Amino acid sequence: MNSIRKLDWQEFFIPRLIKASGYSAILFVILIFFFLLRESLPTFGEVSLRQLFSERWYPIEARYGILPLITGSLLVTIGAMVIAVPFGIGTAVFISEIAPRWLREILKPLVELLGGLPSVVLGFLGILVLAPRLRILLDLPTGLTALAGSLLLGGIAVPTIVSIAEDALDAVPLAYREGAWAMGATRWQTIWRVTLPAARSGVLTAVMLGIGRAIGETMTVMMVTGNAPVLATRLDSLFRPVRTMTATIAAEMGEVANASTHYHVLFFIGMVLFLISLAVNLAASSIVFKAKKRAERVLS
Amino acid sequence: MACSGPSQQEESPSQASAYIENKGSDTMVNLALAWAEAYQAVHPEVSISVTGGGSGTGIAALINGTVDIANASRQIKDEEMAAAEANGVEPVEFVVARDAIAIIVHPDNPVSQLTLQQISDIYTGVINNWAEVGGEDRPIVRLSRETNSGTHVYFLETVIRLGDKESDLLFSMDTLLLPSSEGIINEIRQNPNAIGYDGLGYVPRDLKVIAVARQEGGRYVRPSIASVNDGSYPIARDLYMYTAGEPQGAVREYLDWILYSPEAHDIVAELGFVPILHYNP
Repeated sequence: MNSIRKLDWQEFFIPRLIKASGYSAILFVILIFFFLLRESLPTFGEVSLRQLFSERWYPIEARYGILPLITGSLLVTIGAMVIAVPFGIGTAVFISEIAPRWLREILKPLVELLGGLPSVVLGFLGILVLAPRLRILLDLPTGLTALAGSLLLGGIAVPTIVSIAEDALDAVPLAYREGAWAMGATRWQTIWRVTLPAARSGVLTAVMLGIGRAIGETMTVMMVTGNAPVLATRLDSLFRPVRTMTATIAAEMGEVANASTHYHVLFFIGMVLFLISLAVNLAASSIVFKAKKRAERVLS
Repeated sequence: MACSGPSQQEESPSQASAYIENKGSDTMVNLALAWAEAYQAVHPEVSISVTGGGSGTGIAALINGTVDIANASRQIKDEEMAAAEANGVEPVEFVVARDAIAIIVHPDNPVSQLTLQQISDIYTGVINNWAEVGGEDRPIVRLSRETNSGTHVYFLETVIRLGDKESDLLFSMDTLLLPSSEGIINEIRQNPNAIGYDGLGYVPRDLKVIAVARQEGGRYVRPSIASVNDGSYPIARDLYMYTAGEPQGAVREYLDWILYSPEAHDIVAELGFVPILHYNP
């Protein structure tokens, strides 16, 4: 009797608890969104759109052009992805498909350990080792450039991508590979035409999370990109200093007067960041969704 | 007041102890803290509380009567003076130390002297190559503190705009804004293209400090305690303490100690600021 009552009690509460924690993620995102909206909306009353999308960011003289910050963030993130995606997926393929068992058991934990490296430490490495060498190697005026940021952010994103992509590859049933081999496919053909496409949604998730990690990273980029708010639209911008949105918020939020125009604009920048990661997520999940539908058609 | 031991102090705290509230400039907060610590060590009957918050915050608190001494890295503004008078407070000004801003470059950079106008032109982007100021053919990399730093604002007003209030010159857009003094010093240490500025006390010995002249043909002066005190080094500012009315009692004694005692001046020099030379009263 007693134990049945206990079971009832559990039956009642535990599913609801799980449900609540599931919904809470949505709730938090919505709350954060409304908070950002509330703090950033006054921007439109205080700064004209033309000024907001101009090219000069100098908040202490009331110049709030955020274009240099947006281009700076995009440039550093795209650069990081160009490095991290092939490298990350390649590493994941190697660990999952090629490496012998004993090596895999060393490599995977090592990569995950790399992911736990504090970004400040990477920033120090960037300032003391990477930036001076970049300057000498490429004969640049200074090594504190978008490229330094991209290289380090790439390094930060790689463990995320490797870890998740490797899980996805690992989850592809062995029968798929055996089928390919039976048809006379080489190892490379199997990886490229069978295993990777089958793990596509997981690999895409890995890339997405990697982008999220890179665009949201603050400390490292603040230390190595030089933080000069220059519009980064030319090809050689990669070899010049840039200022990212995250570094701007981190550097300026601490000193800004509450509810001032500068404060509202900083929240607006936060809003732009939020919208960019939302767009990346939506784009990625729509690709995954389409791919799934196609796969279902093929199977049926 | 006679020297009172701690036990005596506990018996009659209201008679033996004085409490001084000190608030204001973030530039000065370390200095004010060091002074307070040293002073309390020799005067255990006085307890001093030091907080930062910025020069404006300190002066506002003085006007509202919530602090005894306000620290400010700039002079009191006319509006603040008017507000104080409206509140029946008469701020009295003391220059307690000076702060020199040194212009620093890589030790291998052959340039060792610049005029204020040249520094302004470098930072506004008019001069872009070291060859234009007598150096090697190298691009100039401009380094600055972030915009929220008081030193950044001081540099903008005094050097870039040459003290002209009407001027709307700004830092060149490609000026690197580094979040810390260490960031600036690290970059200059390894980059012969770089130029930067920082409080004299933060500059390590292995970097080259530029001699500065007020105008073309003027005398080039390196920042030092002597050149700041005789006014020949042009990029130096006074650091102030303000009291409400002529200070009395414990506040007076504390300020006298700050202004005239060698211990207080040693602390100033130790923290990289410039002590003021006063004639003994």
